Amino acid sequence: MRNTSATQLLFELSQPGRRGALLPKCDVPVQALASLLPEGAISEQPPQIPELGEPDVVRHFTNLSTLNMSVDTHFYPLGSCTMKYNPKRNEREASLPGLLHLHPYQREETIQGLLALLSELQDMLAEISGLPAVSLQPAAGAHGEWTALMVAAAYFRDRQEKRTKVLAPDSAHGTNPASARMAGFDAVSVKSRANGYVDLDDLRSKLDDQTAVFMITNPSTLGIFDEQIAEIAEMVHTAGGLIYLDGANMNAILGVTRPGDFGADMMHFNPHKTFSGPHGGGGPGAGPICVTETLGAFLPTPVVVRNGEQYAFDGNRPKSIGRVRSFFGNVGVLVRTYCYLRTHGADGLRRVSENAVLNANYLLSQVRHFLPSPQGERCLHEFVASAADIKKERGVSAMDIAKRLLDYGYHAPTVYFPQTVPEAMMIEPTETESKDTLDAFAATLFKITGEADDLLHDAPHSTRISRPNEVQAARKPVLKWSPAASDA
Amino acid sequence: MPYILNTPDEQHAMLEAIGVSSLDDLFTSIPSALRLDRPLEMGPALTEMELSRHMAELAARNQPAGEKVCFLGGGSYDHFIPAVVDAIASRGEYYTSYTPYQPEVSQGNLQAMFEYQTLICQLTAMDVSNASLYDGGSATAEAVLMAMSVTKRSGKVLVLDSVHPEYRQVLETYLENLDTELVTVASANGGDVKNIAVENIAAEIDANTACVVVQSPNFFGCLEDVETLARAAHEKGALLVMVFDPISLGLLKRPGEMDVDIVVAEGQSLGSPMSFGGPYLGIMACRERFVRRLPGRIAGETVDRRGRRCWVLTLQTREQHIRRDKATSNICTNQGLFALRATIYLAAMGPQGLRETSELCLQKAHYAAAELTKSERFTLAFEQPFFQEFVVRDRAGDVEGLMQRACGEGLLAGVPLGRWYDDLSDCFLVTVTEKRTRAEIDRLVRSLSGVSEQAAIPA
Ligand SMILES: Cc1ncc(COP(=O)(O)O)c(C=O)c1O
Repeated sequence: MRNTSATQLLFELSQPGRRGALLPKCDVPVQALASLLPEGAISEQPPQIPELGEPDVVRHFTNLSTLNMSVDTHFYPLGSCTMKYNPKRNEREASLPGLLHLHPYQREETIQGLLALLSELQDMLAEISGLPAVSLQPAAGAHGEWTALMVAAAYFRDRQEKRTKVLAPDSAHGTNPASARMAGFDAVSVKSRANGYVDLDDLRSKLDDQTAVFMITNPSTLGIFDEQIAEIAEMVHTAGGLIYLDGANMNAILGVTRPGDFGADMMHFNPHKTFSGPHGGGGPGAGPICVTETLGAFLPTPVVVRNGEQYAFDGNRPKSIGRVRSFFGNVGVLVRTYCYLRTHGADGLRRVSENAVLNANYLLSQVRHFLPSPQGERCLHEFVASAADIKKERGVSAMDIAKRLLDYGYHAPTVYFPQTVPEAMMIEPTETESKDTLDAFAATLFKITGEADDLLHDAPHSTRISRPNEVQAARKPVLKWSPAASDA
Repeated sequence: MPYILNTPDEQHAMLEAIGVSSLDDLFTSIPSALRLDRPLEMGPALTEMELSRHMAELAARNQPAGEKVCFLGGGSYDHFIPAVVDAIASRGEYYTSYTPYQPEVSQGNLQAMFEYQTLICQLTAMDVSNASLYDGGSATAEAVLMAMSVTKRSGKVLVLDSVHPEYRQVLETYLENLDTELVTVASANGGDVKNIAVENIAAEIDANTACVVVQSPNFFGCLEDVETLARAAHEKGALLVMVFDPISLGLLKRPGEMDVDIVVAEGQSLGSPMSFGGPYLGIMACRERFVRRLPGRIAGETVDRRGRRCWVLTLQTREQHIRRDKATSNICTNQGLFALRATIYLAAMGPQGLRETSELCLQKAHYAAAELTKSERFTLAFEQPFFQEFVVRDRAGDVEGLMQRACGEGLLAGVPLGRWYDDLSDCFLVTVTEKRTRAEIDRLVRSLSGVSEQAAIPA
């Protein structure tokens, strides 16, 4: 049944002289190229990209697609990524010509519907976060982190304070310290305790008048709520610093608690996680940020403002950090976010979190007997199981188990993150999975832990390829196809 | 709730298994003082039918390209998108998957990334490409950060003022806290100033300059003297970063043949809708020797345990999840689906399709420029050769009036430049893609010059 032609590359399918797209004849008087462009500016040959027909292209990419696992086809409990169902209606609404074919430099009077949508989205995100000032511009979570840190830097500059450090727990996502560095700060790691809470003594020892921001992920990357948060916020604020909330885990607390109410000054959302924006095999996402009123003055330009019944862009913001990307933002993603929020309403969003947390706790209750979780018996939207015992007893790693899951038709959990838990397997079922699916998944995990070591070391067995040689890929990088290599 | 599967009975059974009595009990780890004691305030939930109606109403309050004839450009273009792009990119196996962390079940995405990287190298004649960044503006900033890291120079960065003004603003933001001086060099204000720009730039490059940033065709649509600039930069040990237009490379000389070190582009024109500015994709490619300083995901070829060719994410020690604050960038989520669109687009167009597309843009833009400047009211602001867009100076100085009037007549006529360039407040940028017909161009000319009969032209 399987079509092997999928694994040929486009370049190997190319036939000289074959064509896909045909273009209309030029309907204006054609002038000699040499009369329009200087000699030397023109390339004699067009780029040597492959020559294919439309049926070639369709079959190639359709067959290739079947080599992917996806939310539409598989349970995808990839922790921290919130791989929930991506509603089809959102795709349809975002494709309305009245939204899809707008040019970013159209006159404001021709985009009032879009501006109304963006303005309402700003309001909804402010309400969900408890932080009133919103920028929809950042292109992804990491971009939102960096944008907010730039806002913090501008705020301290405005107060004529020079603060050089950004603190984040060792369990933080890699983007946190990386964003700190890009924003011109030194990234300082703060210890977390075995249960995933921030080590307050360590935090205290690192907090000083050089600390600009403490970045915290709460619920944390272990899927727990750090109940010390009020105390942490108090400590950081007393030291004159700001709290940044990495909102990647907002799926646990929608309508339950708000970052602005538990001490955060700034945060980002990941709409491509929490609000079901599809992840697109790597992106696009969006990374809207919400900040306090005071910090609002420093947000990137422009923001959408409402003047009576009219909407406009406000670009006159003297304290703004400026622009963080071209044009307004990943609007297509924001439209989907809007659809998602309007579909749920306040009650629906709370149900989302309740059921995400219910599913995660249920799954935890079914697996912790054979895959212990360092964080204990309870979690919020996700939990981290550790294969450290099995690794010690039998040499079977988290990676082995993850790979074997693929054979049973499940995407693997996130493995080896957070780095603070040995042999970590971070499992996030999301609210859009059923008890049946969770039961079957738990049973499969249990079965796997009883399978022969070699079977696990060599897994997966049923996928198109077995484990790739990643060392070779990095040592001798082959990053593009070349004709010579394929002849050999 | 529309997407929650568990029935009340199932929920009950699950709570029991967990050992709690209610959903609320699942949240006891959140101190009650911090919990929200009221419902969120937002509009009521909408069913699919209601949402559909509501969105149609919002969309009806916009006037998109298609309803209006679009002559707007400046980094976002109304190019034709073949149906195969949407048909394939809307397959759930692509758009509902995550970044390919498990290569055994992501070969579709990984192979498409590898094909994308290859196509970008073929298009630009550069050695290596990453798998996409966010957009043209942030890609430009990332290229500059990369140049600073490659050259170990962080004192100064030079940028021509003909580079997209928003990209320059983004760059300014990225450099704000890094003690790097961003120097903007005037390039083109009327007349044949191309050599002046090169001289200005050459004089500014010093031993602490990381790179020079040039765009060609530039924001005004004109070609820059990239080769001379590259030479000037290299003489002082700086890199040349070039912003290019992917469609123009169906026709124009490729950056890799002009000694450019890092190229970046807005990839929207390769099969992505305008979507009010995003999501698009940032293209970035560079010389082989800089590969370990490239930001973002990269797919690489390898073999599996049975020796079969396959693809993985590679050179990951550059990235944030391994190197944290020492990473080449903080980027994690990129624009994968839009890189896939670009891949499908290029595969569908082929070399001839791409060549003809760029020739149509070139011919139609020149026809439009010639027709427009038949009116006494309009002149071209720049004399340099241009590709698919050009700057028109309104001698009556009423750009706003012209644009407003044209809009009423169903035309998105141009992008006024005064908001970015004080000396071009009487100018607007007109873009003509392959989609524009002669009839549409003639309509534009009639609308704009028709107004000229009423407006006073200074003698
Ligand atoms: C905890 C956490 N923080 C930040 C990010 C970065 O978000 P993005 O990938 O949208 O840039 C992620 C996801 O990748 C994450 O899981």
